[in-house]
Amino acid sequence: MKSSRELKNYHNEKHNFKLRLAVLGFLVLIAFSVLAARFYFLQIKRYDYYQTLAENNRISIVPITPNRGLISDRNGIVLAHNFFVYTLEITPSKVDDLDATITEITKLVEVSPSDRKRFNKQMTESHDFESIALRTHLNEIEAARFAVNRYRFPGVELKSRLFRHYPFGKMGAHMVGYIARINDKDIKNLDEADLLSNYKGSDHIGKSGIEQSYETQLHGTTGFQQVEIDADGRAVRVLSSQAPTSGNNLILSVDSKLQEIAETAFGERRGALVAIKPSTGEVLAFVSMPTFDPNLFVDGIDYDNWNLLNNSLDKPLINRPLRGIYPPGSTFKPFSALAGLEAGLRHPPFSISDSGYFTLPNSSHRYRDWKPGGHGNVDIRRAITISCDTFFYGLAMELGITRLTDFVRHFGFGQKSGVDIAGEIPGLLPTPEWKMRRYKQPWYMGETVIAGIGQGYTLVTPMQLAQATAVLANKGVAMRPRVVSAITDAKTGAPHLTQAVLNEKIPLDEKNLDLVRLGMVDVTLPGGTAASVGANAGYSIAAKTGTAQVVGIKQNEKYNANAIDERHRDHALFIAYAPAEAPKIALAVIVENGGHGGSAAGPIARKVMDYYLLGKLPDLEPPVVGAKPSTSIVTNPNTSKPTISLPNAAIGATNPAINTPEDEHYD
Amino acid sequence: MISELFQRFFRHIDSFLMACLLFTMLVGLFVLYSASGHSIERVSAQLINIGVALLVMWIVANIQPQKLESVAVPAYLVGVLLLVGVALFGDVSHGARRWLNFGITKIQPSEMMRIAMPMMLAWFFAKRETSPRVSDFAIAGMLLLIPVGLIAKQPDLGTALLITASGFYVLFLAGLSWKFLIGGAVSIGAMLPFMWSMLHDYQRRRIEILIDPTQDPLGAGYHTIQATIALGSGGVTGKGWLNGTQAQLDFLPERTTDFIFAVFGEEFGMIGNILLVVLFSLLIARGLVIAAQAKSTFTRLLAGSITLTFFTYAFVNMGMVSGILPVVGVPLPFISYGGTSMVTLCLSFGILMSIQTHKKLVASG
Repeated sequence: MKSSRELKNYHNEKHNFKLRLAVLGFLVLIAFSVLAARFYFLQIKRYDYYQTLAENNRISIVPITPNRGLISDRNGIVLAHNFFVYTLEITPSKVDDLDATITEITKLVEVSPSDRKRFNKQMTESHDFESIALRTHLNEIEAARFAVNRYRFPGVELKSRLFRHYPFGKMGAHMVGYIARINDKDIKNLDEADLLSNYKGSDHIGKSGIEQSYETQLHGTTGFQQVEIDADGRAVRVLSSQAPTSGNNLILSVDSKLQEIAETAFGERRGALVAIKPSTGEVLAFVSMPTFDPNLFVDGIDYDNWNLLNNSLDKPLINRPLRGIYPPGSTFKPFSALAGLEAGLRHPPFSISDSGYFTLPNSSHRYRDWKPGGHGNVDIRRAITISCDTFFYGLAMELGITRLTDFVRHFGFGQKSGVDIAGEIPGLLPTPEWKMRRYKQPWYMGETVIAGIGQGYTLVTPMQLAQATAVLANKGVAMRPRVVSAITDAKTGAPHLTQAVLNEKIPLDEKNLDLVRLGMVDVTLPGGTAASVGANAGYSIAAKTGTAQVVGIKQNEKYNANAIDERHRDHALFIAYAPAEAPKIALAVIVENGGHGGSAAGPIARKVMDYYLLGKLPDLEPPVVGAKPSTSIVTNPNTSKPTISLPNAAIGATNPAINTPEDEHYD
Repeated sequence: MISELFQRFFRHIDSFLMACLLFTMLVGLFVLYSASGHSIERVSAQLINIGVALLVMWIVANIQPQKLESVAVPAYLVGVLLLVGVALFGDVSHGARRWLNFGITKIQPSEMMRIAMPMMLAWFFAKRETSPRVSDFAIAGMLLLIPVGLIAKQPDLGTALLITASGFYVLFLAGLSWKFLIGGAVSIGAMLPFMWSMLHDYQRRRIEILIDPTQDPLGAGYHTIQATIALGSGGVTGKGWLNGTQAQLDFLPERTTDFIFAVFGEEFGMIGNILLVVLFSLLIARGLVIAAQAKSTFTRLLAGSITLTFFTYAFVNMGMVSGILPVVGVPLPFISYGGTSMVTLCLSFGILMSIQTHKKLVASG
């Protein structure tokens, strides 16, 4: 049949159409019969069942909240766990006279003014029909006393709730983070992620740190009971139920003892420390000082505490390792040196004769070394050891800004490290293109010169600096830093190790790495800028000190640490890895307004390394506070002076308006 | 004189369809009064919807089918263009991008596609000089899939599926070969396990919940559980108008729109349900007769598709409420509250009436 070539046969077509219409009509009949059968099943066969459900006043679906997963350190020491507490909760819509009721309750159970404040704050944030805690952590006697009088308080309930608790309190608070009550924004996010039904019955959600970034792992799956309720809303009978699945437990790579030693070493000083195991990227310590007690947030923080934390000049709530940005200062020099060596520049026996300053061709402006009169004959190894500015001015100029930044970017400068805690900011690695975009100004040669010693626009986070040090220690093999090393399945109890992720393998010449390492090792030996840090260590330390200026100092003005306000003193920076030949730990320390890196930040690093490598506990001596006075002169290069404002540049950032060569203060 | 005027005015209204329609709408108003918690405002608003819809129906019934045929292509093209507009600049509401905001008014182009799609495909097959070939069906398939894809992406799976159905009915009635139909069904059946294995866990979970909502009683399953209780407790005769406990005590969600059938079934019981199904069957039967008697390829394909799409709406809604079909957002025709669906439905029934009453004037080919 060549039907496809034929013109339409209208008679045939109509016949076919009617046939097909009849087929569909038949299908309609079948479909409606299926419906009728379903009606028969529901409305006649199972009528009694549904009738009972509807008549006995209906069904309620009660969510069963899963237990949140635990967080413990690498040795199994628990950093976040749950426990049951009695709470006294009020549903405002069910209470006629709220004030009178609370006054009556106060006669039975102690309600402090701060409890009242917290309750009032939560009232304004929640709906009327939600129950809000008036008192938490009731003891047995208080609970019993209220239970006896319960009939007098409609709308007030004694509940046993699972609370999150951080047994170490302030320790590692920025890393572990905290959970707090779910707010409208959280609900919106959950709704968009299609997770809202899993949070029916959950009051809390991770708000910061690991608690936030591993929320999906920690939360677990909500179970439910389909219960029949009577007219008073009491459950009469469970019709069906599904048990909740607890959240997974997390095991961190952090050693809580190491964390404690590091935090103690900071004492009252502000700053940050990040220690990383270079071969795997595991974070060993994550310190942000000062810190805060995350337990305050779990029940809903009260007004006074919140004000205290939020308005403190020390900014304890800011996660310094991830969100504090600082100029790297001289800690940048090893990376500049390697950039030069890899570009085939400055190989020994090349050396300069440093007379204390550097000038650009056709310019009379002097970029001064921190040491008036200069260091004399300096090769690349010694340049790192004594932190010779002049040497790196010249190197940076010859490399050019693009070659320099292109090289160090591989070490993670100017980008997020990708660590598994949310909120990281990328810092800044300036390029001429960036400057043109940001300021509509060309790049000046002078800015290249000072970039070589970590001054100018460059800004790093402590996390970044630690990561760059770890990559250097690991000979260019960049592992992505991570805090969680294993996730234990709540159902099976089987631990799943998180995968070490290789970010990049930077091709580097072993000979160049050796040169930089030797220069850094000499830093902690007599004659180096941090000789005291390496004294009697028993293992070799490759390190670099750094200082970052907080307040701009005008040309020809003297810097006098004693005379200026403590908060305007320089930031002290210190990077190190050890043992230098086979590094097991790499770290970065920043002490805000600490003065000189070697004397302020170095000893903290030493204590951390001593414990990690030797198991040695620090001596019980009070921490050294402040930095030594200094009288060095610093000058301002003849470059443009744009001001820079980065988002979240809340702390730590110096005033980059003044691009000043660093000034190192020696013992 | 008066009666002559009356006759002229209703010349293009099919009295049988009209009677069934009005009766269904009346039932709908009573159910809505009960479901809305005795809200006169709701009922009045729905009465206005019905008034507008009937006016639209009357106008369309008076338009000759040839005119409809001539606007098929522009309507389709405008519809697709608007859908692209939605994808690019549409307003997001409840996580879906369905509305196009013109400042004065917001429109939902997917609704327009419900009519434009069968019109376009019917036009396409009417224009073929020869019996449709495989390539024709391929082109028609493309014409169908472009707007459906855009709607599915919004995402509005319910509408996408129903528009697919309306297009498929045209293809089937135009003579899509049985071999292809059976082959297609078999190959899709064979592909399913493979596709299932390709999905992520969470995607599987979503599909499982779509098919069996009781697995997620805190989310999608809540509707189904409460709706089946409402229906089942209605029994044979129902609890009586305004006496449905499930409905009156706020246990039923969306009970004036997608789940209004649960209210109806609880209050009027199995007898009411069967009567409603019979009422729908009468509308469908009349539509099929109109399709069978239609004189041109265009009108018969269009009439057939419109009728069967109407059936699909009714069946999917009742099936979803009674728990045998997944919960997709489809209103119950002529009963659920809402202006858009009322107007769209009446428009399609206006087309049926136009096809039936202009028959003698159509130069049959």
